[in-house]
Order: sequence, then structure tokens, then C-alpha cells
Amino acid sequence: MEITEYFSLLWNDYTLRTITLGTAVLGAICGMLGSFAVLRKESLLGDAISHAALPGIAIAFLITGTKDSSILLLGALISGLIGTLWIRGITSKTHLKSDTALGLILSIFFGFGMLLLTFIQKQPNANQAGLDKYLFGQAATLVESDVRLMVIVTGISLFVMLLFWKEFKMLLFDADYTKTIGFNTKFIDVLITFLIVLAIVLGLQTVGVVLMSAILLAPAAAARQWTNSLSKMVVLAAIFGAFSGVLGTAISASQDNLSTGPVIVLVAGVFVLFSFIFSPGRGLLFREIKFRKNRNDLELMKTLQFMYSIAQDHENISHPHAIRILNNFHGFTKSSLKKLENEGWVAIDGQEWAMTEKGFLRAEEIYNQPIGNE
Amino acid sequence: MSNPQIEIQLIAAIVAMACAIPGVFLVLRKMALISDAISHSILPGIVIGFFITQDLNSPLLILLAALTGVITVILVEYIQKTGLVKEDTAIGLVFPALFSIGVILIAKNANDVHLDVDAVLLGELAFAPFDRLMLSGMDMGPKSLWVMGVILLTIITLLILFFKELKVSTFDAGLSSAMGISPVVIHYGLMSISSITVVGAFDAVGAILVVALMIAPAATAYLLTNDLKKMIALSMFFGVLSAISGYWLANLLDASISGSIATTLGLLFLIVYLFAPSKGLISVLYRQKQQRIEVSLITFLLHLNRHEQEEERHVNHLQEHINWQKVRANTVLDLAEKNNLIHINNDVVTLTEKGLVFTEKSLEYIMSNKDEKIDSMKDDFFLFRG
Repeated sequence: MEITEYFSLLWNDYTLRTITLGTAVLGAICGMLGSFAVLRKESLLGDAISHAALPGIAIAFLITGTKDSSILLLGALISGLIGTLWIRGITSKTHLKSDTALGLILSIFFGFGMLLLTFIQKQPNANQAGLDKYLFGQAATLVESDVRLMVIVTGISLFVMLLFWKEFKMLLFDADYTKTIGFNTKFIDVLITFLIVLAIVLGLQTVGVVLMSAILLAPAAAARQWTNSLSKMVVLAAIFGAFSGVLGTAISASQDNLSTGPVIVLVAGVFVLFSFIFSPGRGLLFREIKFRKNRNDLELMKTLQFMYSIAQDHENISHPHAIRILNNFHGFTKSSLKKLENEGWVAIDGQEWAMTEKGFLRAEEIYNQPIGNE
Repeated sequence: MSNPQIEIQLIAAIVAMACAIPGVFLVLRKMALISDAISHSILPGIVIGFFITQDLNSPLLILLAALTGVITVILVEYIQKTGLVKEDTAIGLVFPALFSIGVILIAKNANDVHLDVDAVLLGELAFAPFDRLMLSGMDMGPKSLWVMGVILLTIITLLILFFKELKVSTFDAGLSSAMGISPVVIHYGLMSISSITVVGAFDAVGAILVVALMIAPAATAYLLTNDLKKMIALSMFFGVLSAISGYWLANLLDASISGSIATTLGLLFLIVYLFAPSKGLISVLYRQKQQRIEVSLITFLLHLNRHEQEEERHVNHLQEHINWQKVRANTVLDLAEKNNLIHINNDVVTLTEKGLVFTEKSLEYIMSNKDEKIDSMKDDFFLFRG
């Protein structure tokens, strides 16, 4: 199936529509809540939580014996929350640092989950196959009820986020101040973390345990490059997330043998790469251009300054001098001379140059500029 | 025990020891998550290496994949340096992308590559004894035993040779540069060794569970000791212990060996986390409770010292005044009376001689806020605890 074919099928085919809607909603909620995770410097918490959710899925299956995704995801939610609490417990009560706590919980819970999964596989129960789709995710397994669950959870988190917008924002940027003016920071903190865990758990079926954290981070990291405003960042991240979801699903559906998770991650990665390079203001390309421009400006001013020092020694500032006396050391190049002439600071006449009134004044001002008016 | 069983346990123990040593330094350098990043991002290196060599245990493949690990580290550091995102986000962006590339490479070549994603994530220790090293027709034992054995020997040799350098650069990068030991060289050396270990071990225990073997023993040992040598020895011990007991647990449950090794590591950490003598959760909570009572006691004595009138020093009044709950007020009152700091007469509390001296000392400490003042009081504190 070609990608164009996919998009034409999208409008008629019920299954494709469900799946695409699911990944789009998922991308949006992850981008939205991921913005908070990124700004709280808790990017890797998502990685730990998603791995920690695995034993929950296995235990939920062992207890209930069903493969109903909402029950399995409830198990994932509980074990994800236990993992998060334990991480908090380790960092606050012992001298182990957060990176150790994250890596520890991540690998141990995942290992325990794998133990349970392999244990389940050996059970004489025909119903058990397919739990391993939670490792890498398979968007094709999404059914309408899953998507409905996603939409409901997204709606609720959107509502909670708007309700507590002010508190979330304040806690994000100045936790101490938030506490001093009497907000219950612990509650807000737990609420944000809970929402993030919720978003992660929601994505396990589609993207899988191993790569879930990237869906949380990548759209937010990309959105961060384009704006300094939280609300714009959240909206932008949601859009990036939704697009990564849809494009990723389209690509993976049009090829054989491709899990959805890795493709969505790579699409989101392309968004990040693009933003890193091309975003105005922060992007690497823009930064390089600005750097070069500054350097050229500096060279230009250096030439002007040298001309000024020569012109100062003469009664008539516009007395012509030979171009020869300028050299590279003073930032002189043919093009810089041309530029100076274009600015009207010097007048060129054959092999000689003369300073203009305007250029003289400009050079005089170089050292008298007020600092910090940039 | 049959022969393969012994071999599996031997391989598991060697992998555990090889992982534990770099793990200690990663934990101490607050770079534990780099091991997570490396273990994921070596996947494309392994896949490409496998296309070339067609052998999971070939040294060329290990070097190629380890190179991917080092590239990951460099890439993460480059992104951090641009300042576009925070450092942890940089890690979180790089390794899923590389891992995804690896997964897709495997998926697209699934037919002609004998390598699947489950094996990458989990490894299969149970199959390790079947891949044997044959030297001119002689059976030399399992290949992975040799590979990991060589890696372990290299690590131990490097550890002994560069122990001082590692120690200095881990705990004081500034001092180490001043002494002429480049922290950068040590850093990349450690990263290369970690990458090689992860690649060598991934075949046996899988990409993600390598992380457990690196971090968990070191974290467990760190809760028990502050001595670097002891920490290394302890984490090697914990690694081997969980490798062996994990193997038998897997045998019992008929489940994945690496999963059960990680689970035993987790249980071991849980036990130490709860019960470690001075850094465990229970002793930390107990100490915090003690300190709360001690602070309350000082507050209470200062309060008594400030008030002359009898009605201010009445027991019931004090409870209202300092606004403590009844239980806490009683604990403090009991403690103070038992230590002869106060005496209670007709429900009116008065400071004793000893109490007065003690209060003066506490005041002095509060006013000057110098540690040496409280040091002389520490002996008194022990009295309360007894």
C-alpha cells in the first residue's frame, strides 16, 4: 500500500479511520503533557514510568485473565504510579541521585515484567498470546473502544489542565513562590505527575513500553524551539504530536513488518531535528547566520574605526587617502569597503577613499553607545 | 546440575561482574542513565555489524556496536552543548531515535537476518551454551563465556591500572585536571568500556536488562558503604548473587532467566533500601523522628526559659500554647522529665539546674549558628535516645 493510497482510504475505511484518530489523539495528549515533563526537567521520568508499567499489564492479565485493554491499562497505571512513588522515595530518603533511581526502577520493573510475560507464555492458556504487543505497540490493534477511552482521558486531562493552568504554570517556573503564597504545591505536583503517567499508560498499546518516552518528549522539545510562551508551546507540541502520530501510522501501515512505535518516534525525531536547525531565534542555522553577521559587522566597524583614526589627524576630515594604507588587519576587504560606501560613510574615488561627515560622526559614536540597548 | 546449567550460571556470573564495575562509576558520576541510553542505541550498531559479520559474538561486531554507544554519548553531549534542550531531554531524544532505527532495520530485513527484537530486548541465556567456540575441532566451551571472560579481564586490568585516576576524576574533576589527569580522557575511556560491556552482555541478558545489572548492584552497594573499594567488591558480590539465584528462580518458574535476574536484583535492592543500617528507609525515618523530637524538646525548653509566671508554665496551657498534638506534647514532656531537665510540681513545669545549662547551650547554638556549639551538645542528645 502506498502512502497516497492510505490517505485516500482514510475517508472510507473504518479501521484506518479509528487507528488514525487514535494515534492523532495520543500524539496530541502526549505533546501537551510532555511539555510539562520537559520543562520540569523530568524528561526521563517518562521512560522510567513506561517501563515500570509492564509488570502491571502482566499482573492485571494474571488476575483477570482477560485481554480487555482498559483493564490491562488500569494495571499499567497502578504499577506506573508505584514506580513513580518509589523513585520519589529513593531520591528523597536516600543519597542516591535521581538518575540512579530512574535507571534502577526502569530496569528492575521491566525485568520483572518480562519475567511475568515469559511466565504467562508458558501457561496452558490459549488466551495469552499478544501481550507482547505492549513492548513495541501495534496501532493496528486499536479498536473503537480504545479510541473512545483515549478521547475521554484526553478530554479530562485537558479540562484539568485548563482548570489548574495558573497553578501548573506557576509551579513550573517558581515553585518556592507558589508555596509562599499559599498553594498546596504537593497536590499540584502530584496532579501533574498523575496526568503524565496517565498519558504514558494510554500510549502503551500504540507505541509500546520501550519507546513511549520519546513520544512524550520529542513534540515538546520541538515545540520549545519555536516559542517562549507556555501556552503556545503546549498547543504547538500537541499539533506536532498529532502530526507525528498520523504520519507515523500512515508510513507503518503502508509498509509490511513495521511496528507503529518506532516509526512514530522517527517522525517525531524529524520534527525535532527540523526545529533544532530551522527555528528562528534559537535554531542552529539562525544562530550561525547571526554569528557570521555579527562578525562581519564587527570587521566593518574595525575598518571604519581605523579610517576615523587617520581622518582625525587631518584638518579636513574628507581629505582623500590611498586605499593601500588599509589592510586586512583592520578588517579591510573589497566588499567591506563597498558596504561602507553604500552606507554613505566613505566616498571612493579611484584608488583613494575619503571619509564623509556622516561616517566621521558614526565612528565617533562607536565608543559612546549606551550599553545594553541591544 | 548438568553441564549446560553450570555454564549458564558461569556466564551469568561473569556478565554480572563485568557490568558491576563500570556500573559503580556510572552511579557515582550521576551518569546511570547513560547506560540506559547506550544499551538502547547500540541496536543499530549490532544490526549493521550483524549484516557484515553474520555472527553475534564476533569481536568486530562488538567493536562496531560499542562505537555506536560512544557516538550516542558524543551526540548527547553535543545536543546538551547547543543549549536547545536540557541535558536529560537530550538523552531522552537520542536513544529512542537510534533504537527505532535498529528496530526498523531488523523488521525490514527480518527474512534474511537471524535476529529478532525479542532477543535483543531479552537476550536468551538459555541458548548461550549451544553456541560453542571450536578451535581446530576442539570444543573450547561456549563462545559468550570467552567473549565476556575477555571483557571482564580487560575491565579488571584497567581498573587496577587506573584506579587512582578513576577515583580522583570521579570525585573531584577539578583536582584531577590540576594533577594532570584529564577528566575528558577518563570520561571517554569509561564510556567506551561501558559500551563494550553492554554490547558483550546484551547477547546474554538483553539490551534493557544490562541496565539492571549495571545500576542495581552499584546502587545497592552505595546504600551500604561509602568506601569505593568496598563498593566495587560489594556490587560484584550482589551481581553474582542475583545472577545465580535469579537463574534458579527462572528454573523454578520456567520463565526468562534475565527477567528473573533483574527481579532478584530488585528484591535485593528493596531489602537493602528498607533495612540498610544508616541509609535505609527505616533508619532514615527513625532518625528524622528522633530529630523532630529533639527540636521539639529544645523549643519547649526555650519556651519555659522565657516565661516566669506560673500560669504560663502550666502543663495544659503549654499544650495549647505551643500548639502540639497531645501525643507529641506528652513524649517531649516525658523525655525532658526523664532526663532531669525539668521537674513538674502541681502540674507546673520548672526548669532544673541541668535544664537551664542545656537551654543556655541551645540558645548559644541558635544565636551563633555554628556547628561546633552543637557538637558539644551531641553527647547530651545521646542521653535522650538511651
